[in-house]
Amino acid sequence: MAAITATGQTKATRRDFMLIATGAAGAVGAAAIVWPFVASMAPDAFVIAAGAPVDVDLAPVADGQIVKVFWRGKLVFVRNRTPKEIEEAEKVNLASLPDPQPDSARVKEGKAKWLVVFGNCTHLGCVPLGHEGTYEGWFCPCHGSVYDTSGRVRGGPAPLNLPIPPYTFVSDTKIRIGEESKVPPKAAAA
Amino acid sequence: MSQHATTYVPKSRFAKWFESRLPLAGLVHSSFIAFPVPRNLTYFWTFGAILIFMLAAQIVTGVWLAMHYVPQSNLAFESVEAIMREVNYGWLLRYLHANGASMFFIAVYIHIFRGLYYGSYKAPREILWLLGVIIFLLMMATAFMGYVLPWGQMSFWGATVITNLFSAIPLVGDTIVSLLWGGYSVGNPTLNRFFALHYLLPFMIAGVVVLHIWALHVVGQNNPTGVPIKSGKDAIPFTPYATIKDMFATIVFVMFFAWWVFFVPNYLGHADNYVPANPAVTPAHIVPEWYFLPFYAILRAIPDKLGGVIAMVGAIVMLALVPWLDTSRVRSANYRPLYRQFFWAFCAVCVLLGWLGSKPPEGGYVIAARVCTAWYFIHFLLILPLLGLFETPKPLPASILETVTGRRGGSAMPVGAAAAPSTKG
Repeated sequence: MAAITATGQTKATRRDFMLIATGAAGAVGAAAIVWPFVASMAPDAFVIAAGAPVDVDLAPVADGQIVKVFWRGKLVFVRNRTPKEIEEAEKVNLASLPDPQPDSARVKEGKAKWLVVFGNCTHLGCVPLGHEGTYEGWFCPCHGSVYDTSGRVRGGPAPLNLPIPPYTFVSDTKIRIGEESKVPPKAAAA
Repeated sequence: MSQHATTYVPKSRFAKWFESRLPLAGLVHSSFIAFPVPRNLTYFWTFGAILIFMLAAQIVTGVWLAMHYVPQSNLAFESVEAIMREVNYGWLLRYLHANGASMFFIAVYIHIFRGLYYGSYKAPREILWLLGVIIFLLMMATAFMGYVLPWGQMSFWGATVITNLFSAIPLVGDTIVSLLWGGYSVGNPTLNRFFALHYLLPFMIAGVVVLHIWALHVVGQNNPTGVPIKSGKDAIPFTPYATIKDMFATIVFVMFFAWWVFFVPNYLGHADNYVPANPAVTPAHIVPEWYFLPFYAILRAIPDKLGGVIAMVGAIVMLALVPWLDTSRVRSANYRPLYRQFFWAFCAVCVLLGWLGSKPPEGGYVIAARVCTAWYFIHFLLILPLLGLFETPKPLPASILETVTGRRGGSAMPVGAAAAPSTKG
């Protein structure tokens, strides 16, 4: 509130100064206090610590079998694909896919038998049923999304392929989920 | 016929002493005793009172349940079972609370559709209507989070599906979902925060209800003719007329409520929710509670993730925009022959969407859901704006009194007492 002097000119007063200074301090303070409130909603240290890598022994997984494991509380499918399933996944016309990705970009080199994908539908997170749907990959019972034997979306409302968690082969029969292999997988050429 | 002074006059010395320090009795008197009520209100106007009762009932039963419930993912399911089996009358508290949510939504849907039929959203009641939409949104959030708390299969997967809706938001979606979950999937942190919010939101609803009633008492109630109160003879005092009628309707509604609680307490729930949450298996057929089914059907009707979420949110946004989408100056559908038919068609579409939402997303159900979803939006975006331009309304009555008595005259509130609805809070 600028005072008007006898000459009619406005002049900054101490009240103007107080208004701006208080307002600025209040605005900065309010913004600063919002941060911890929001950040506290994020995964806490316990949850992050529980996300340590998990080892999965592949030896007992029979041909064609899908096993479910958890990493960071998220479901992961480990699928021992049959030669027929691998062949079907590889011979697909990529241009026809909603989220084009060659099968080779979704498995580790030389390990095409093993498909490791997150087990929640990319639509709204339900667990798709294995060996079901048109392509006998997965079928989501919630809203009808269809995945092929490479975990790629082929129909329904899901926008993306089942994502691949970071994992690495520690031996021929053991993978470690949560740790990326040193050798990067083949570039995901579209 | 009982007559009240139109303003509160404290009689005892204490009342005078108190009133001069806090005019609470005067506020109650002007709001709930002398407040002028259109004399032609039907029982459709009792649902406001029924809803206040249901909110109070949900808060009371909820607070009592919270004394026994444990919001921890390893204990939540068992604590609910303990409430059912071990806690004295725990089964009653839980069935009252679970069925109470459904009763709350039955009442609110009647309340909303009554508003849509009689044009209660039109000037000067836009703010009143918008506050109602906010209450509806808060109710949906509260009901959703409450359903998660028993931590059964439907709780878990309902929480997963609904929180994943936010992942459809471009760029920040995944961050928002992570903040909702407090983890990398729905888990204990999610359950904890949902419990905290489920406890908080009803009190926020109560706050908005106060604003809703305040706005109502500024602009006055609509009525079946849509014609405003023009003289005192159009109105009767809130007490005893509306008070008794509201109480009677509430008691009848409570009987209806009790029938569900005592005879079919699980009919509106899902058997799957008596199976403890299992993050490795989704129930074969996952559906939300009945009151969300129309919106769920709209979500699934769109074969695109973001598009589905936008359509579902848009379905509620339509309600918020309705005061400006409806171009007709006539409020009540009783005097709008075309709108009246479209209104009932719209009701049928909403019920049909609800039914479709409960069906699996395949074949003819999907096609029907798409047709109904299209009609839902056509109703708001095309029919409501165009009807106001093309429809010829029937002649409106000169006054509320004329429709009630067929003549002028009669006795009700002293003339002038209710010439204008109270502008006091």
